[in-house]
Amino acid sequence: MKRQFPLVITFCVGLFMFVQFFVPHEFSARFYQQALRWMLIIGVYAMALGIMSLWMSHYRKVKARKEGWGFSMATLIGFACMFIFGLLNITGVQETLYETAYNYVMVPVMSAMFALLAFFIASAAYRAFRARTVTATVLLLAAVVVMLGRIPLGEFLTFHFGVKLGIPQLCDWILYIPNMASKRAITLGIGLGSIAMSVKILLGVERSYMGGK
Amino acid sequence: MSFFERMMTIDRRILYVIMAFAVVVPLIFPLGLPVTITPEVKNVYDKIERLNPEDVIMVALCYDPSTISEMQPMAFAVLRHCFAKKLKVIVSGSFLTGVVLMEQDTRKIAEECGYEYGRDYIYLGYNPYPAVVIMGMGENFRIPYPKDYYGNPLDDLKMMRGLQNYDDIKFVLNITATNSIDFWILYGHERYRVPLGLGIVAVSATNYYPYLQSGQIFGIIPGLKGASEYEKLISRRDSASVGMDIQSVAHVAILLFILLGNVGYFMTKKGRKG
Repeated sequence: MKRQFPLVITFCVGLFMFVQFFVPHEFSARFYQQALRWMLIIGVYAMALGIMSLWMSHYRKVKARKEGWGFSMATLIGFACMFIFGLLNITGVQETLYETAYNYVMVPVMSAMFALLAFFIASAAYRAFRARTVTATVLLLAAVVVMLGRIPLGEFLTFHFGVKLGIPQLCDWILYIPNMASKRAITLGIGLGSIAMSVKILLGVERSYMGGK
Repeated sequence: MSFFERMMTIDRRILYVIMAFAVVVPLIFPLGLPVTITPEVKNVYDKIERLNPEDVIMVALCYDPSTISEMQPMAFAVLRHCFAKKLKVIVSGSFLTGVVLMEQDTRKIAEECGYEYGRDYIYLGYNPYPAVVIMGMGENFRIPYPKDYYGNPLDDLKMMRGLQNYDDIKFVLNITATNSIDFWILYGHERYRVPLGLGIVAVSATNYYPYLQSGQIFGIIPGLKGASEYEKLISRRDSASVGMDIQSVAHVAILLFILLGNVGYFMTKKGRKG
């Protein structure tokens, strides 16, 4: 019963949502709008569960003094501060304390983290992009063309032979032809896979969303 | 270790220092490199340009501080264009860690352009689950957002009177650092037929060119390059144009690193064979 009941709910609701899409009746539209409201409410509860889970996992780590517990402590303190600032909405000098903490801690920290990528990419590209095989060479050439083609400097490498021919044009060709073809294939594959998975969930064949095996 | 072997094993700290120079020097001495307008960016510009004053559009912002350098110039340029055209703009901020940032960005440009909140633009803020939010707005903006970010009921806002759903707006422009455009295409465009434009981080831009060709999105502003093109189109050189100088030099530095590594690799290989 514990497993059958959710399966029946999934089947009935899934089937109804599928059918209502094709039925432009007032009842169908109202049910759909109500379902959207439910989904939003359930979403908020799911978020609350996520927050609780995050809190508990870091709390356990700090309590047991596991390796890296200091980072967990920082997470908990940051979380608690932002929660209290947001809840109390205390106004500081010019803005609320929440905004101050956001603007002067979160923004610089997150921006700095992402900015470091430039250095890691430079180092990784230097080590990884070696023309060891034919496929690696193709990847390397495509990367070089796209990197040059997406910056103004690439414009200097354009030549006029009646028609414009150069790095930006080659970059566009890579984006619009080989990239597009492979992307389409992947997208179609994902689409078909999603349909198959939806049918399996609806029919109760796929049950991993209920937890367990 | 031979010279060519050394070329293959440069210490990463040296690479970091060179990279730092590549980033800092053009910041101090701007190069002013020319930016060419691409059709996909021009399409977005033209779509806004063709609208009449008082027309309503939605700008769905979706970024946070980690992508601020790419997304903020794009959002600024697009909002400046919309506000200069006297359009009514519904702004949503669908990224949890960026809600405050997107609100500040919208308010900053609105104040700069003399826009009044509630009359000329509104900011909806964040709601979880983008797919559900997009579908909800397709029925009625009030389903996912009974109130705006500041807690005002939508019906109390002058601009929102008479606006029900996507049928009442011209199009949606999703400026995003995430895959939120997937949901907009699936549910916004395919289910509710709302025209879509896209502004996206450069690293994800290539994923969405097929949708441009299929007509599911009318234009793309890809990354900082796209933002700098948009700044050129609205004749206002700002941080994206400065950023393109930096990005150009940084790209060239990375290409030189790759070249060094490959020259070293081939010469070493040749030496071994010889």
